[in-house]
Amino acid sequence: MSVRVKVGGGVPRERDGECRFAIHRQEKRLGTVAPWQQKNLEGYVGFANLPNQVYRKSVKRGFEFTLMVVGESGLGKSTLINSLFLTDLYSSEYPGPSHRIKKTVQVEQSKVLIKEGGVQLLLTIVDTPGFGDAVDNSNCWQPVIDHIDSKFEDYLNAESRVNRRQMPDNRVHCCLYFIAPSGHGLKPLDIEFMKRLHEKVNIIPLIAKADTLTPEECQQFKKQIMKEIQDHKIKIYEFPETDDEEESKIVKKIKDRLPLAVVGSNTIIEVNGKRVRGRQYPWGVAEVENGEHCDFTILRNMLIRTHMQDLKDVTNNVHYENYRSRKLAAVTYNGVDNNKNKGQLTKYDTVEGISPLAQMEEERREHVAKMKKMEMEMEQVFEMKVKEKIQKLKDSETELQRRHEQMKKNLEAQHKELEEKRRQYEEEKASWENQQRMLEQQKLDASRTLEKNKKKGKIF
Amino acid sequence: MAATEIARQAGEGVRSLPLSGHVGFDSMPDQLVNKSVSHGFCFNILCVGETGLGKSTLMDTLFNTKFEGEPNSHSQPGVQLKSNSYELQESSVRLKLTVVNTVGFGDQINKEESYKPIVEFIDAQFEAYLQEELKIKRTLHNYHDTRIHTCLYFIAPTGHSLKSLDLVTMKKLDSKVNIIPIIAKSDAISKSELTKFKIKITSELVSNGVQIYQFPTDDETVAEINSTMNAHLPFAVIGSTEEVKIGNKMMKARQYPWGTVQVENESHCDFVKLREMLIRVNMEDLREQTHTRHYELYRRCKLEEMGFKDTDPDSKPFSLQETYEAKRNEFMGELQKKEEEMRQMFVQRVKEKEAELKEAEKELHEKFDRLKKLHQEEKKKLEDKKKVLDDEVNSFKQRKTAAELLQSQAQQAGGSQTLKREKERKNSGFL
Repeated sequence: MSVRVKVGGGVPRERDGECRFAIHRQEKRLGTVAPWQQKNLEGYVGFANLPNQVYRKSVKRGFEFTLMVVGESGLGKSTLINSLFLTDLYSSEYPGPSHRIKKTVQVEQSKVLIKEGGVQLLLTIVDTPGFGDAVDNSNCWQPVIDHIDSKFEDYLNAESRVNRRQMPDNRVHCCLYFIAPSGHGLKPLDIEFMKRLHEKVNIIPLIAKADTLTPEECQQFKKQIMKEIQDHKIKIYEFPETDDEEESKIVKKIKDRLPLAVVGSNTIIEVNGKRVRGRQYPWGVAEVENGEHCDFTILRNMLIRTHMQDLKDVTNNVHYENYRSRKLAAVTYNGVDNNKNKGQLTKYDTVEGISPLAQMEEERREHVAKMKKMEMEMEQVFEMKVKEKIQKLKDSETELQRRHEQMKKNLEAQHKELEEKRRQYEEEKASWENQQRMLEQQKLDASRTLEKNKKKGKIF
Repeated sequence: MAATEIARQAGEGVRSLPLSGHVGFDSMPDQLVNKSVSHGFCFNILCVGETGLGKSTLMDTLFNTKFEGEPNSHSQPGVQLKSNSYELQESSVRLKLTVVNTVGFGDQINKEESYKPIVEFIDAQFEAYLQEELKIKRTLHNYHDTRIHTCLYFIAPTGHSLKSLDLVTMKKLDSKVNIIPIIAKSDAISKSELTKFKIKITSELVSNGVQIYQFPTDDETVAEINSTMNAHLPFAVIGSTEEVKIGNKMMKARQYPWGTVQVENESHCDFVKLREMLIRVNMEDLREQTHTRHYELYRRCKLEEMGFKDTDPDSKPFSLQETYEAKRNEFMGELQKKEEEMRQMFVQRVKEKEAELKEAEKELHEKFDRLKKLHQEEKKKLEDKKKVLDDEVNSFKQRKTAAELLQSQAQQAGGSQTLKREKERKNSGFL
């Protein structure tokens, strides 16, 4: 298989606002990665076959695309879809939105599988019967917003599962917004709708039933619309810049003709021997695929043949990421709020680049550190108190001991004193008794002598 | 036309409509290809094998360029992974190639931990991707993918069987990366030995449950060639960056006295097959397998480890928000509980210590009470003794006083007696 390489094609580009990124040229990307060494090959290696491998795999997988059409009834939406995809998506069996008007705006989708040249495309058309048809159309965009958000949510949930499998991409990739060919300017409903949805989906505004406008009127109308779009700062789908000169020229031509004025038809008419799709009027045939009659071909080429992949990429890289980051930031914010961790609110304000899991890890680490510190402090206080108490105990022990010693000493002293006294007394007693005994002896002796004397009769 | 995956996913209730003309969406694959070409491709190869098996040479030969610097020595203390990144271009296709080499693999005496740095490296790349994927503000499509897309496992050309280090390492790696085993320096093996060697290796891998990468056979365009090649695994390769003149051409070859081994000769070695399979046919599939199988497995394990669960297996949609909130609440609750526990523990300890100290205090007081009592007793005894002594002293004193009184009386009487006698004598003397 030969390598078909056309330079250009889907490169996500800059949009100012929340989650936007500017990568036009490869050098920018290469520049941020370090350190790359350029090497020259000295022979054919074969990875130039990679694009073919990618091609093969993509065909095997198949493609899917979701297109939303929004506009008041009767603007030719179903006819345009049928003309775009050259098939009876809407028919008598499957009526278009204008035939299915409900009391309130509904959002309904139909899936069809179409095949061409070996490529299968699963096409989902989302339409909004009832849009703009009521007398009071306030909030008629809400069901549309809800639908887009619910598709984003489905994708986010599928992406966030623990067990993931090949996820179907049902997100709305492009929204064709039909403007009624009044010739004057945008209606308030148009402005309101586009303002509310330009950051959720790629909006491509179209002037419907353009065969009611002359070229000059059309030109004027387009200028007016683009001016109003700019004034209201509505961001419609932008074409990516390309390196290829030819492509750039084509892109510039398209940009000059925005918004595209289209005509659709379900009938085939013969004009100059050719069978073409067109609308038969008494004054001629407005051919759908004639570039001088309307911009249908440009729309088809752009939407299907050249920028379908880019529309999907922008949806995935810009609109979906916006939704996702807003959704996840809300979760984290709520989570933090519940915790009443006042100081940490400011840290998580800049949620850029922090994944919720990493955040929790961070919090866990912080908490562990905090607990450690608290534990240490408590430990310290505890130790100190214990020390104090033990010291006190020791002190009172010493005191009591001392007193006890003192009393003992006292007692001993008294003992000694008593001993001394007793000794003295004993001594005194002993000596006195001795004395008494001596005296007694003397007395005895004396009385004996007296007796003797008496006996002797010494008395005359 | 065979049903595509998308069609199968859509299910039965989808209308299939015929087109009445050329719409143009058959350019979708081209649009996709253009996008990827302008974005550039990236591929990461991990070469695992003992030092000296010719890993760097093979890379040079595969990519027709001189990559790295000097060959490494055998004296590395542990296994290290060195990665080098290169930008290659071939006819407007830009490839960012990263070659990771295991330095020092198989050189240590104890090789039990040899596989660990490799597994850690692979996991680290998965982790980096996972972190990026989980960020709130992320730029996935711009992320430079560093995950290893294929691991070329170099088997030493012993001719007998796989080494146990090989089996252990491959077993650890087979659920994390696409393993392509190759027999290195296969010019050391003869053809007959080679067939036996290959059979032995394959049977050993099968009996040990090692899942090596199988070239995909589900795409008709390449099914045939892939299945043929699957039968030639493991590829026996030779690398050489030297060119030898053979015939008229300069070819990559190795020159021996007994002949010249041509690298790109399919009857000499499987180099061409390896290049064909690795680069020209299945590079994209290797990348896809890494992303959809190995990475998903890692992610699933990691999330389950952190406690995330799908609330309902398939039916109800799973709300990320709820899970995050639930997880967070649970986590905070856990932390609170831990805090409480710690506090409680401290209160407990304080109580215990207080009781202890009170016990000690009580004992002390009791001790001193006892001593006091003893002391009181002693004192009383002493008092008694004293009293006894005092009584004795008193009674002695009384005795003494009484005796003295008697004595003095007696003396007086004696004196008076004496006086009387004197008087009598005197009186008598008169007579």
